[in-house]
Formats: sequence, structure tokens, C-alpha cells
Amino acid sequence: MSPTDTDDWLYTISSKRKLIDFNFAEIWRYRDLLFLFVKRDVVTVYKQTILGPLWYLIQPLFTALTFTLIFNKVANIETGTVPPFLFNLAGISIWNYFNTCLTSTSDTFTSNAGIFGKVYFPRIIMPLSVIISNLMKFGIQLLIFIAFYVYYYFNGAAIYVDSSIVFFPVIVMLMGLLGLGIGMLISSMVTKYRDLKFLVGFGVQLLMYVSAVMYPLALMREKLPKIAWIVEYNPVAYIIETARYMLLGTGTFSWFGILYTVGVTLVILFLGIVVFNRTEKTFIDTV
Amino acid sequence: MIILKAENISKQYRLGLVGTGTISHDLNRWWAGIRGKEDPYLKVGSVNDRSTKADSDYVWALRDINFEVQQGEVLGIIGKNGAGKSTLLKILSRVTIPTTGEIKTKGRIASLLEVGTGFHPELTGRENIYLNGAILGMTKAEIKSKEAEIIEFSGCERYVDTPVKRYSSGMRVRLAFAVAAFLEPDILVIDEVLAVGDAEFQKKAIGKMQDISKGDGRTVLFVSHNMAAVENLCTRAIVLEHGSVVFAGETTPAIDYYLNLENTNLNESSIEAFIENQSDDILRLTDFLVTQNEIISANFYTNKTVKISISYEVFEDVMGLRVGFDLIDLSKSSVLFRAFEDDDKKSIEITKKGFYSIESEIPENIFKNGYYGVKLAIGIHNKRWIIFDDNVMVKFNMVNVNGLNRAYSDSRPGVIMPHLKWRKNI
Repeated sequence: MSPTDTDDWLYTISSKRKLIDFNFAEIWRYRDLLFLFVKRDVVTVYKQTILGPLWYLIQPLFTALTFTLIFNKVANIETGTVPPFLFNLAGISIWNYFNTCLTSTSDTFTSNAGIFGKVYFPRIIMPLSVIISNLMKFGIQLLIFIAFYVYYYFNGAAIYVDSSIVFFPVIVMLMGLLGLGIGMLISSMVTKYRDLKFLVGFGVQLLMYVSAVMYPLALMREKLPKIAWIVEYNPVAYIIETARYMLLGTGTFSWFGILYTVGVTLVILFLGIVVFNRTEKTFIDTV
Repeated sequence: MIILKAENISKQYRLGLVGTGTISHDLNRWWAGIRGKEDPYLKVGSVNDRSTKADSDYVWALRDINFEVQQGEVLGIIGKNGAGKSTLLKILSRVTIPTTGEIKTKGRIASLLEVGTGFHPELTGRENIYLNGAILGMTKAEIKSKEAEIIEFSGCERYVDTPVKRYSSGMRVRLAFAVAAFLEPDILVIDEVLAVGDAEFQKKAIGKMQDISKGDGRTVLFVSHNMAAVENLCTRAIVLEHGSVVFAGETTPAIDYYLNLENTNLNESSIEAFIENQSDDILRLTDFLVTQNEIISANFYTNKTVKISISYEVFEDVMGLRVGFDLIDLSKSSVLFRAFEDDDKKSIEITKKGFYSIESEIPENIFKNGYYGVKLAIGIHNKRWIIFDDNVMVKFNMVNVNGLNRAYSDSRPGVIMPHLKWRKNI
């Protein structure tokens, strides 16, 4: 071996692990794969169905309708001047985005064990493709929301778009990243302890009730001041509340809430990436 | 130039069910890690041997593997089932990491542990070409430039816009292999993917592999049980046994070594024990020998006869007892012929109680050079086999030293190489 042979290795497959082994150049090189996964997810979900992508709309519409009947008509939750249906539709669309991001990234390893066991690519491509394809579904749902918005607007409902709407994409991104972070954390642990899979199912459902989806944050503070802190410390609730503030001009906006949410999201995302990185190297041995 | 270098690669696996005791082991590990100590479970672990019962919960699938690969080299990796080949491939293709040691590489590795990874049944053939290509590490532009060639090579032009779920399994494999064949990484790692498709396609696949390795000077790591393919494609080979490299060198000696390994149940020291095990209520094997010139060897010559001797004891009178053997071409795992001692009888006869010793000779100048096995076949006609097992096989290498076709060094096609008499009329 000549001396020039020794040092210029392209990469090393080793047992040593770094805390964060995040190779942006490599992820960038696999961007086409990311795009193709997104395309696959969007194209194949509703193949061989009659209604096709209409299902994207039917789900939130009927949920919003049900919520309106149960929570607003039966349980008499006040939504102020905003039509309850529109209030619920906004909440559900955003919650759904978070929910799908979290649940579908949380089984990244277990459901892709087949591919991951045979070929290498940066594993993070998988959860990234999930949040992007879900973003497209969310976009479609947003369109239907806008349609109803216009309808109610011209029927004289007291709704207005707040000027802070320009930051709406930031709110959506925050929601996606939070779902991604929690999902990656769970996906890494699920590979070894399957118990978590069951926990995610109903845990997410419970989380919805403390995320101000079907009621305004202020109502919680007023009716149940003792346990309102659960909602107040829940970053998801802030995102939903803020999104509604931007879209409908209802509810509260607090800088503290936003900063708190950004902070929590970044911490969870960081932890998620660290744990995900550790897991991706050996999970195939334990899955 | 050395393009890939493996240093002290070891891989440890946990035996049994993952789940019971995992938390306590994880906590122990974590605690050792915090104190800066070594993983307590790395010290235990036994050598990987399927047949012996393990005395520890952990097993070393690979132990201190070292090898180097030169650029442009086609390295064969051979070994029995469970020798650690797949584990090594998994580490090479970065599916998992080694427990200790490291692999350094100067090129990008693409691995083909399976054809058609990530194929989605709902997508069309064309869409799957893109998806599969991207999974294997190609960019969209690369795939686009090769799309026409891939489709042509697969022979699926007519169905390329049909969802893959409507494909026959053979078509799916063709399409998948076609994508893989047009990969252009610096180092290609291939598991036994050639054992797919029909004969025509296999030929095409092997031809393509030869082009890749010989024509383009690509570095290839090739794992296979097909000795003919290994001998054909590889310039060098390593033999794995129980997770360690037991031989590294030229392809032909490596294959010899490997086939002899399999032969270990039949060397002189263990032949007694081996024969003892082969007994039944009505028959007991007492001797089974394959010789040339009265010598037991792993290498026989094509121009001399090969003698098969079988001795056995029959405990009671049996109707229709048949004793014989299958001659197997090991490189293709196919049976060349089957012969029984009573083949020229006109009717089924009774074999009386007693000791028997039979022998027969396979004529000279029949075998082509290559790897063969004589598999014992003893049974009762139309009823059952008494001894008929792949482990009861004597393997040998046929060497064409003084045989036919010595004037020309080319390897000629064919299954057998009979010695024909020619007359020349001028």
C-alpha cells in the first residue's frame, strides 16, 4: 500500500456513532428519491377507488359536521361570532395535518423494514416524504376551507382575515415539524418496544381533546380554570389557536405562546433527529 | 488501488426472543456507557455454529473479518448457509453497522441484496423504474438517460405502462433486474440475485454481469452458491466459515477449499461416525466410498474411472430394495443421472437378510471438469426412501489434467464430455 492510499477514504462504515450524524450533502443527493416517495404516496393512496382524491375532502367535512352537531348544538360550546362549522373545519384541518404527520412517521422503521433491510439511503428521507405528502393533502383541505370561508363571508358572517395571515405558512411548518419530531422519537423506540404502537393510537386521540381543536382556548380557561394549564402547556393548542386567529380573527394570540411553541418544537425535533440517527444504524437487528 | 478495506469486522447478535430482558440489558449497557466502561455483553458470545447449542445468549455472526478489495476486482464471497455471508453483505451495504471494526471505502457502494426493492404494485412499470432506481441511488436524470435501455433489456416494452401488480412474477423480476443492471456505482455488492427468472433470462443476466465486471472495470463483491457463476465472474474469492475468513485467494483454489469444507463429514476420521448414523430398522450402512485408483480424494481426473462402493447390512427380507446413487452437478445443483444396482433386472426381487457389498464404476471420459457429488440413494420401490439425503453425499472436483481437449485451453460448453471415436476418410 502506498502512503497516498491510506487517508482519502470517501466514507467509513464503523461501529462508532456520533451524536448527530446529519449529512445534508447526502440528503440533497437523494432529493429525487424524496420527490418520488412523495409522488408515490400521493398517487397510490386512492388508486382503485371511485371517489379518488375526493376522500381528502370528505374526511374533514364530515368530521367538522359531526363536531358541530355534537359540541356546538348538543353541548353548546360557544364559538363567538364565528360560525361553528367553519371554526371546527379550521381546527380539524390543522389538527389532521399534525395527526397524520405524527402517526405515519411513528411507524417509519417498522413499516419500512423490508426496504431498509435491503438497501441504504438516508433514512430520514422516509419521514420527510411523509410530512411533504401530507402537506399536499392539507393544501387540498385548505382549499375547501377557503370555499366555505367565502360562502360564509358573503352570507354576512362576522369573520375577517387577520393581517398576521402572512405568517400562516410558518405556523403550518411548525405543526409539521412538531409532528415529525414526535413521530421520529416514537418510531425509534417502537423498533424495540412495540408497546408504544398501541400507546400512539389512543394517545393521539386524547391529545386532540387537550389541543383546543373543538373549543377556543379562552373557553377552557373560563370553564375549567384548574386544569386549563394542560392545554396551555400543550404547544399543539397554541398552533391551532393561532391558526384560527389568523384565518378567522377569533381567539387569542400570544407572543409567549408562539415562542414557547417554537422552543418546544426545536427541542423535540433535535431529540427526534438524535434518537432517529442512533436507531437507523442498527434497528434492522432488533426490528 | 485499494478501493475498499475491511478491518476487524465483527457482528454480534442476540439469540432467542428480543423482548424478554431487553430493558434490563439496555439499562446495563447504558450504565456501563455512562461510566465509560465497555459494553458488558460484548465479552460473552460464542462462535456461530448452527448445529451446536449455544451456551450464551449472544452469538458472533462475524468475527474479525479482514480483507481488501482492489479497484476493478470481482471478489467472490462463498460459504455455507449461516457462515455470515448475508451479515457481511448487510454491513457492506450499510443496512446495519458492525459491532466492532470498520470498513473504509473510496467509492460509492450500491447493493443488490434483492431485486425490486420498493416496487409498488399500484405504480406502472415505468414509474417503478424511477422509484426503484432512485432507491438504489440513481438520480432522476441518470434514470431518464437509461430508461429506454432498461425497458429494452427487461423485455417488458408492451406492459411498461401497466401497473406492476398485473405483471407475472417473472416479468417483475426481469424489470427489477434490468433497473439494477444499469446501476453505475463505484462498487457493486450483489447477493444471489441471479437465481431468478427463466433460463434465457439467467443467461442474459450472467452475460450482463460479466460485461459490468470485465468490460467496465467495475469493482464487484459477489455472493453466491452457484460455483459455476463464481468461477466465471470472480477474479478472487474469500471463503467464510462460522463467521471467519478461512480462505482468501484465487477463485479456483477458494472453490476447492469451500467444497472440501463441505466434505468434512466424509474425511477418514469422521466417516465412521457418519456411517453409524445412517441406519434404519431394516438396513444399516456400513461403508460408502468414492475412489479413483483406490484412493479417496477431493480431486479426481476425467480420464480415469470413478469407483463407487456401498456396503450395508439388511436386517430382514425386503421386497424391492433398491441401492444406488444420484450423480449431481454441484455447480448447477442438478442431477445428471440416477443409477440403481438392480437396473437390469426384469422384475422386482426380494433382498434376503444379510451383509452386502456392491460396487460400480463410472466410465472414464464422461465427466466434464467441474464439481460433482455422489448422493447415496437407498429405498424400497414405490414405498419410501431409507437413505436419501443431501448430507449423505461425497463431493469431488473433476480435474481435466490428462483428459480430452488438452490441446485447447478453451472451456467448451456442454454437460458431459464423452470420448468419441472419430474416423477420417480421405
